[in-house]
Amino acid sequence: MSESVEEAPRRGTVLEAHGIVKRYGHVTAVNSADFDLRAGEVLAVIGDNGAGKSSLIKVLSGDVIPDAGEVLLDGQRVHFKSPHDAQKAGIETVYQDLAMAPALDIATNLFLGREIKRKGPLGSVLRMIDTKEMRKQSRQQMDELGITTLQSITQPVDSLSGGQRQTVAVARAAAFGRKVVIMDEPTAALGVRESRGVLDLIKRITGSGIPVVLISHDIPAVFEVADRIHIHRLGRRATVVRPQDHTMNEVVGIMTGALPAPPIKEEVAS
Amino acid sequence: MAGSLKTAEEEAPEAPDTSGTRAATITDHIFRNPVLGPLGALIILIIAFSIFTDNFLSVDNTSLILQQSVVVGTLALGQTIIILTGGIDLANGAIMVLGSLVIARLASEGTGAFGAALVGVALCGVLGLISGLIISRLGLPPFIVTLGMLTILQATSRLYTKETVLVDNGFLTFLAKGGYLFGQFQITFGVVVVLLSVAILHFSLTRTAWGRHVYAVGNNDLAAKRTGIDVRRVLLSVYVLAGLLYGLAALQAFGRSPATSPNIFPTANLDTITAVVIGGTSLFGGRGTVLGSYLGALIVLVLQSGLTQAGIDPLYQNIVTGVLVIAAVALDAVTRRRAR
Repeated sequence: MSESVEEAPRRGTVLEAHGIVKRYGHVTAVNSADFDLRAGEVLAVIGDNGAGKSSLIKVLSGDVIPDAGEVLLDGQRVHFKSPHDAQKAGIETVYQDLAMAPALDIATNLFLGREIKRKGPLGSVLRMIDTKEMRKQSRQQMDELGITTLQSITQPVDSLSGGQRQTVAVARAAAFGRKVVIMDEPTAALGVRESRGVLDLIKRITGSGIPVVLISHDIPAVFEVADRIHIHRLGRRATVVRPQDHTMNEVVGIMTGALPAPPIKEEVAS
Repeated sequence: MAGSLKTAEEEAPEAPDTSGTRAATITDHIFRNPVLGPLGALIILIIAFSIFTDNFLSVDNTSLILQQSVVVGTLALGQTIIILTGGIDLANGAIMVLGSLVIARLASEGTGAFGAALVGVALCGVLGLISGLIISRLGLPPFIVTLGMLTILQATSRLYTKETVLVDNGFLTFLAKGGYLFGQFQITFGVVVVLLSVAILHFSLTRTAWGRHVYAVGNNDLAAKRTGIDVRRVLLSVYVLAGLLYGLAALQAFGRSPATSPNIFPTANLDTITAVVIGGTSLFGGRGTVLGSYLGALIVLVLQSGLTQAGIDPLYQNIVTGVLVIAAVALDAVTRRRAR
């Protein structure tokens, strides 16, 4: 299900945004913000509450239409009018509140809105779905991601723990995210052990070449998995740093304004 | 590499859980397979009444109960798909009544019965479409929209015709009169049509993408939207389909005598909600089956028939039905709490 991205060069920029502006009434949530994401990397996006990072991310995932600025995917300008547009372009988002139908089973949730139809007239005339095939592919996807914590693909989602649900949501994004996977606070509601599982999943997704945008308040987790850290402050990108160049305290200081934002270094800039 | 180690760790605490699963399977099945509850209740009632009364299971009585189930049963199917999306329809009885009045008047004023039936069914579909458009496009609560429709349509029906309309037409009674005979036992075409409707809807809800989307919308409409499901279109399709089912019920409502009036089935909306709830469908949406709703309609009728034959005051029937409704909702609440 997950396709390789051989067409994108290893260090190429996959997704970028320039001069994004988003206002809500008199409030300017995003004030001429820039963004760039490279192939195969984990880019953490951090920022204080109200810094406008979730509005920026919503622009990238098609949830919000910006008032100004441009978004480029593989160098091509894109205009997302809905999350569905972004999905069609290969950008999958794992929402904080998970976007699942709890009474339906795991396989159904994985393919929700993208059901596989039966072959022949059963599918084309009767619109029957191929439950068997969807279950088979769901199992394959779980195996590919090394997910062993789910007993059965036919379990309803509401019988799963929070961490297991997160795993399903991430697996869905990884399955359909051909270009980019965006995760909004994926570990916020999880315990230590479950967070570990999700961080490992992130590494496995980028291992297959798909870059991941990780929005998180969990600074230790960010330092562990991120290749670069996009620090958002007062509606725009303050800077981008590499975790190996700074301490956690420095990064938090830049994020809160206690420390001046260092200029973006040559090797960090795209 | 580190990943496989961690996941192995994660599995360890799950292990004691699985030992308990065997014992939990039976209750799990009841919770997960919502048809088993109403089916069990129906069977118990039938056994009880056939023991305590003389001719409950007689050919005539069984055939009568089935025949009585067709109108509320058909309406309940439409009610079910609407409730599955998290909505409710208070106007279904009123839509059906207006549909049957239009069919009767057109047929009695010289339009062919078949044409009159088509117009009536189509009208019910359009009325469903109107509710559906208001609910899906304007995002108004279904309870209020259909309450408004109920009031409007009840008045419209009485303005359209004040008294009973009689039509002398074999076509309009064939559903109730014609049928298949198994010895003494008659299954009318009307009953066959209901059973077929149940089967087709059950298939559509469980085996097609549309059906999965209906459940997803009722479960979590924001999630449905985010996965790319056109929530407004799903809602609209459900209200239109429900309207067409009410049209089918309008045809069934002629029964054995081709007469109808604005006063038939005055409590159809509440009766269908009762059937849906007893049938195990959650009023919160996203959980339930059409088969359960038809069984729910049968349970109410079996209860009424059985208690009548046992010589119990009909008012007690209502008390028992009320208790059943509350018990069914309580069971749903317990299921939902378990699922949290």
